[in-house]
Amino acid sequence: MIARLLKRDLALFFPFAGGGAALPVVFFVAVAMLYPFAVGPDAPLLARTGGGVIWIAALLAAILPLDRLVARDIALGHFDQLRLRGLAEEAVMAVRLLAHWFSFGPPLIFAAFPAAALLGLNGPTLHLVLLGLAAGTPGLAAIGLMIAALTASLRAGAALSGLLLIPLALPILIFGAGALARQDSTSLGFVAAISLGLVAIAPFAAGAAIRAVR
Amino acid sequence: MILAKGLACRRGDRLLFRGLSLELRAGEVCHLTGSNGAGKTTLIRTLAGLAEGYAGIGGCEGTVGLLDDRIALDPEAPLGRALDFWFALDAAADRAGVLERLRLTALTEVPVRYLSTGQTKRAGLARLMGQGAAVWLLDEPLSGLDTASQALVSELVAEHCAAGGTALIASHQPIDVPGLRTLAIEDYAPAPLASGEPEAAA
Repeated sequence: MIARLLKRDLALFFPFAGGGAALPVVFFVAVAMLYPFAVGPDAPLLARTGGGVIWIAALLAAILPLDRLVARDIALGHFDQLRLRGLAEEAVMAVRLLAHWFSFGPPLIFAAFPAAALLGLNGPTLHLVLLGLAAGTPGLAAIGLMIAALTASLRAGAALSGLLLIPLALPILIFGAGALARQDSTSLGFVAAISLGLVAIAPFAAGAAIRAVR
Repeated sequence: MILAKGLACRRGDRLLFRGLSLELRAGEVCHLTGSNGAGKTTLIRTLAGLAEGYAGIGGCEGTVGLLDDRIALDPEAPLGRALDFWFALDAAADRAGVLERLRLTALTEVPVRYLSTGQTKRAGLARLMGQGAAVWLLDEPLSGLDTASQALVSELVAEHCAAGGTALIASHQPIDVPGLRTLAIEDYAPAPLASGEPEAAA
């Protein structure tokens, strides 16, 4: 049952499996492409600040899929039907978290390669960016899911959820981008820890939120 | 079976009904009537366990199939694929038979959002039939259906109950099922507050 649910959720969100759109990834690469145009062809400056730009682009890309993450299926009655089949909201939300991460985490990590090339990042920096994104995107997905579930019943939920995600994602950004400034991967441990904590809470928080909307 | 004892429900601050008792055993079917806003949908959702009652108890025994205006089929997906998700989840045996019965066989390639109101309703009925639930809670199953399809719904409900199922049907249209019981939800409406007059001391 869980496997079928995951398959459906993936088809809904995954950019390359028919459903959803590749929009977050395209957006991410577009930001990395625009930045050199904005600051000029100063290679050392780009290499020094490029990692931070990738992080900001990743954070903004994480906002894009939020509007269709939960609200749509509440309106469809999808969660009600799953409840009648004895599936707990927490399990449904855990599956959704996994599908949501798959749909933007790994694509973002792959897109970091062209983005790094556009910004002229060197090898060690790219290494830290990739490690940081791998550690940080699950946390971003968890924050996104909680916010999407909490704002699902609001009319301006989509706009609000973007605004809410930014401050909550700040710790991930500080430790993730901080590793680039010091060229030291220790703070990425904090990123991973924050992500783990968020991933553990998210299904329960989001499950409680969709129960409350009923 | 469906069982409610002294059930009261409210929506927001407003008490919709109170003291509602109902017992439907296997093979029994009940027609739930009441004007708009009387609490039919709230009662159905409470019995399904999707909403909390305010007082009393209410619930179902056995698997519950719910059909309301939200049919839980992906609007972008072709009807066949959208239904197959639920059929697979419910381990539905007779996919072709269900589609044939509801005259949906020719529509399996059509995306759900292009279906007409009546076709959408029939798609929801197909999902319900595939589920094979013991208890059917139907909220306005006849709205938007043509006469032939309305007769079909009555037929399906009759078959469901003949096979030992239970059904509670909220509808403004008459339903033609043998042994039909009726529950008027307005019989359980709370007494209106006397306006302007001071309440009599007990």
